[in-house]
Amino acid sequence: MGMAAADIEAMIVAAIPDAAVEITDLAGDGDHYAARVTSAAFRGLSRIKQHQAVYAALGGRMGGVLHALQLTTAAPIEEIST
Amino acid sequence: MTEDNAQARIDELVKANPVVLFMKGTPLFPQCGFSSRAISILDHLGVDYETVDVLQDQGVRQGIKEYSDWPTIPQLYVNGEFVGGSDIMMEMYEAGELHTLFQGKDAAAG
Repeated sequence: MGMAAADIEAMIVAAIPDAAVEITDLAGDGDHYAARVTSAAFRGLSRIKQHQAVYAALGGRMGGVLHALQLTTAAPIEEIST
Repeated sequence: MTEDNAQARIDELVKANPVVLFMKGTPLFPQCGFSSRAISILDHLGVDYETVDVLQDQGVRQGIKEYSDWPTIPQLYVNGEFVGGSDIMMEMYEAGELHTLFQGKDAAAG
């Protein structure tokens, strides 16, 4: 059961190439993870759309083999331009 | 229950209740940490809400994922709109956005 953290990260990056992914194994059991995903592709998207993009990257595993993934998404902080 | 029936029933639940949480278990006995967290947030905000235990109804359990195009449970709906799962609820809670959402709606008056 479950997925390796490296596999989760690889699937997210395959779908969202510029994504910065930080994964924490919450329980140390390879089954309960937290992921923080930052990507410029999220800019202008609602939180729901951002999370749906990550779920889509995981290709249906979320809610199935991957039960517990606590997800946080964000766009990178914009550089101040003049 | 056929799939269409489940969708119709979900639509009815979402539209009939200003604040409704689809969860595993009941507010008193949540059957999953994520559902438990969603309940804690709602209780902390002091809003009136309805819950639907998806473990009691396989049609709703599967159908709700298609209804919202969202793969996990719990799912919160406010005034007929999908708000998110427990992670989004926590992010919105921490940003003060959930307070605003409930203050701005009749749902808060219950």
